Amino acid sequence: MTTATQSAEITTTVKRRSPLAETWDNLRRSWAGMLGLTLIVVHILIAATSPYWVPQDPYQMSADNRNELPSAEHIFGTDKLGRDVFSRSMLGGRVTLVVTLIAIAIAILWGGLLGILLGLLNGRADELIMRLVDAMLSIPWLLLLLIIISVMGTEMWVQTLTFGFTYGILTIRVARAATLDFVTSEFVLSARARGERKRTIVMKELLPNVRDVLLVDGSMNWSWMLLGFTSLSFLGFGVAPPTPDWGFMIAKNREIMAIQPWSVFGPVIMLSTLIIGINLFSDAFAKALGLDRSQGAPV
Amino acid sequence: MSDCLVDVNDLTIGYYTQRKKLVHVLMGVNLQIKPGETLGLVGESGCGKSTLGQAMMGYLRSGSQVLGGSVFFGEHNVFSLNSKQLESIRGRQIALIPQNAGDSLTPTLRVGKQILEAIELNANLSGSEAKDRMIELLGQVRLPHPEVMGERYPHELSGGQQQRAVIAMALAAEPEMLILDEPTTGLDVTTQAHILNLLRDIVSEMGTAMMYISHDLGVIARVSDRVALMYAGEIIEDTDVVEMFRMPAHPYARGLLESIPRLSLSGIPNSMPGQPPIPGTEPGCSFAPRCKFTSDICISEQPELEAIQGTEHHVRCHNWEQVLATDFSQELEQVFRTISRAAHDESAIELSEVAITYYRPGITDRFRSESEPPATVSDITLSVKRGETLALVGESGSGKTTIVRTLAGLLPAKDGTIKFEDFDLSVEVDKRPREICKDIQLIFQNPDASLNPRQNVAEILDQPLKLYFPKMNRDERRDRQIELLERVRLDGRYRLRYPGQMSGGEKQRVAIARAFAADPEVVLCDEVTSALDVSVQAAVLDLLADLQQERHTTYIFIAHDLAVVKAIADRVAVLYQGRLCELGTVDEIYSPPFHPYTETLLGAILVPDPDHEPQLLASDTPELAPPATGCSFQRRCPYTLGEICEQEIPPWQKTASRGDHSIRCHISIEELKRMYKDKELIRLDHNEHLENEPQIVHANSNVSISSPEADDR
Repeated sequence: MTTATQSAEITTTVKRRSPLAETWDNLRRSWAGMLGLTLIVVHILIAATSPYWVPQDPYQMSADNRNELPSAEHIFGTDKLGRDVFSRSMLGGRVTLVVTLIAIAIAILWGGLLGILLGLLNGRADELIMRLVDAMLSIPWLLLLLIIISVMGTEMWVQTLTFGFTYGILTIRVARAATLDFVTSEFVLSARARGERKRTIVMKELLPNVRDVLLVDGSMNWSWMLLGFTSLSFLGFGVAPPTPDWGFMIAKNREIMAIQPWSVFGPVIMLSTLIIGINLFSDAFAKALGLDRSQGAPV
Repeated sequence: MSDCLVDVNDLTIGYYTQRKKLVHVLMGVNLQIKPGETLGLVGESGCGKSTLGQAMMGYLRSGSQVLGGSVFFGEHNVFSLNSKQLESIRGRQIALIPQNAGDSLTPTLRVGKQILEAIELNANLSGSEAKDRMIELLGQVRLPHPEVMGERYPHELSGGQQQRAVIAMALAAEPEMLILDEPTTGLDVTTQAHILNLLRDIVSEMGTAMMYISHDLGVIARVSDRVALMYAGEIIEDTDVVEMFRMPAHPYARGLLESIPRLSLSGIPNSMPGQPPIPGTEPGCSFAPRCKFTSDICISEQPELEAIQGTEHHVRCHNWEQVLATDFSQELEQVFRTISRAAHDESAIELSEVAITYYRPGITDRFRSESEPPATVSDITLSVKRGETLALVGESGSGKTTIVRTLAGLLPAKDGTIKFEDFDLSVEVDKRPREICKDIQLIFQNPDASLNPRQNVAEILDQPLKLYFPKMNRDERRDRQIELLERVRLDGRYRLRYPGQMSGGEKQRVAIARAFAADPEVVLCDEVTSALDVSVQAAVLDLLADLQQERHTTYIFIAHDLAVVKAIADRVAVLYQGRLCELGTVDEIYSPPFHPYTETLLGAILVPDPDHEPQLLASDTPELAPPATGCSFQRRCPYTLGEICEQEIPPWQKTASRGDHSIRCHISIEELKRMYKDKELIRLDHNEHLENEPQIVHANSNVSISSPEADDR
């Protein structure tokens, strides 16, 4: 179809560039992607360094300064207990970021590999596990998270594993679907006809081709996971007080929203800038990798 | 000028890359098409022929722009029209028929409804008038039972029938011109011959002008009045069809014609060195780096498209006089290289009564009393001798890919035995010992799909080396990679390239190198050249022949192109619906007596000769499943004897007391010989026969038992 352009490109791209540099080049050309990446980086920097520079002690309560509106001293005002909302907003993403980042790595790893393997086997095990996955997905996700966490407790590592596990279930489907595009392709048939082991086929033939899809899917899932974690905090199953956390702050300060709206706006602004940043980045990242949703299937 | 329907004037089209570099696609193209004329536009992939075809309809690929020149359709300069005005031309005065008809039909609408839309939009008819016109059109493209066909959905039609429906749609407004972009590529030879006949008839009936774009010179020779040859975005020769094939004046035209395998000549055709440049990058003639007539002027100065001594024969070459000095037909005979092979008498692989099925009963099927459908491949008994090339020949659905995949261990055999060095190959690959896997290697049709895009050549070649020679260390493997690349005539530096950085021919060489990395006894070649351009195909055939001579490798070669088979094979097995029809050496198969199916196939071949006319024996209706009893070819056979063919499996008959040539048919050998002699008497009228074609393609037919081959094209 694109015969004319293809052959021209073949000869021009002989100049070798690593795929990573190529992706970065494409990403740099998208202002939305760069904005997203900047937001994410700023958030990570804030999370990492905020304890050292926030203007007020985020734990310091003050009976005299409760529900104060923004002032020079308290940029976002204070909450019900007189704590500085700005400082707490800055620190509020620390636990969230650590938990979700580790969890997303776990999800990609186990969900991705299992999904690829199921796509390759495509037999009874695949059938069985996929029905199990369907069954899991039919449970409302918040309910599923709540059940696991109320049984296992609210320690950070439990939450990390829980999120890694539940979002891995979503990743299985994505990885399996992406793998099915390649399983019948001739290079996989060729490896099978050579008598290669399943492990080699998964690691050498399939994973490099599915990797991009997994990365993009992971970054999209990250924003969902942030919302999930914040929702749990909002319901009181997240970070134990008094550690500042966006979800918990929104839940508690909601009561004084009419008097001191900034006590809610602070964490909301932080959370939404991060999620918008992740979404902008994910979209641009997908395009940079050539997985543009508007252009159909990844190849 | 004014008597031209289409006048392309000095058209230059290009696009900017992401790094703001200008890349030309077309370079100063001049082309005129007169009303009622059929122009064949021919060239290899990437030469810009599709871009030119689309430009004639005022369409540019996104990102491309007109850098100079104009396209006039009648009075209109198509690139100065607004979209409303363009719409009034497209479809009504000029219509496009694309390559893949299945993609251009909407799957959720009935075929008749889609044609009705075209009629209502472009021909201003409505209601019952439009309906009558729709049925008339379906009849005009010779679809049987037009009223019934209109009620079907696209997937209920075969590939050839879909293409006919698309042609009907294009004819709705009786356009003055049709642009056909490779409309028969991917169809079976018999279907292709039928469609081309139809197009010829339509053109002569309706006086429509036609531009036929194709890379296949046999097709071009069949349909065209005039041929324009493109190379690197330029038209380099433009002349009458007979001149083009008998007295080509451009060295590239000669090279291209010499690289096509021919039925009339034996051996492997000549291959051209090098590959086309990006248009507009050569200071002189774009073909100069590959040309054997190159002189100083060719490198410094671009040749113009000039007429040869006042004739209508135009050529873009400084040295055409020198080229024309040698007679082309003599030159052609000299370039074919005959290969000598010493095939052993011992057999490498022996198949006996092999049957293969895709039917996998589900849990509920086991409780039903329905009988199992006939196996996709059945009753295959043949032996492949060491060091020979056996070709499996047949249309799509004939089971050739199925057999090869079974030999490769990707599918188990249902019945029968396949013997290879005392080992039974009827089991799948994970039940075979590693040495057996090593000895049988597979090369696929499409090198784009058979190489992992995420591995470079070194990694690709490393895989079989690591698997079969675990004792090799890194350096040894590296040396072996370079050696393998050199054996397939690639530079050792290709190790670091990724598939996306190589041309189709180079990729296929890497795929061949990967197969030979295992040092195999048997190489299975599944349509290895059909995705390649003709000049590249010749080089790959040449390479395969050389590799075979060095190692006495056995080839099992699948091809649908019978000229390619003639060039490379020693023996041929003709298959229809997974059953053998005829078996013999190349010479025996290509000369009478023929099995009726072999005769049908051979009759439908298009050769690059404008005087050749294909003989259409049987209809082109494909069958999705073999018949339950009797001869597999019974439903399409032009000579069917009736009941005996429907009931009994025909016997093998030897054609001579010596040799292995055998035909599986109820008609006796003497009769087949006699029939061939006075075949003019019994040849059925083509139209009449189509009316009687069997209705097989149906929505409820069991698709799961059809072979995957249909999708492979």
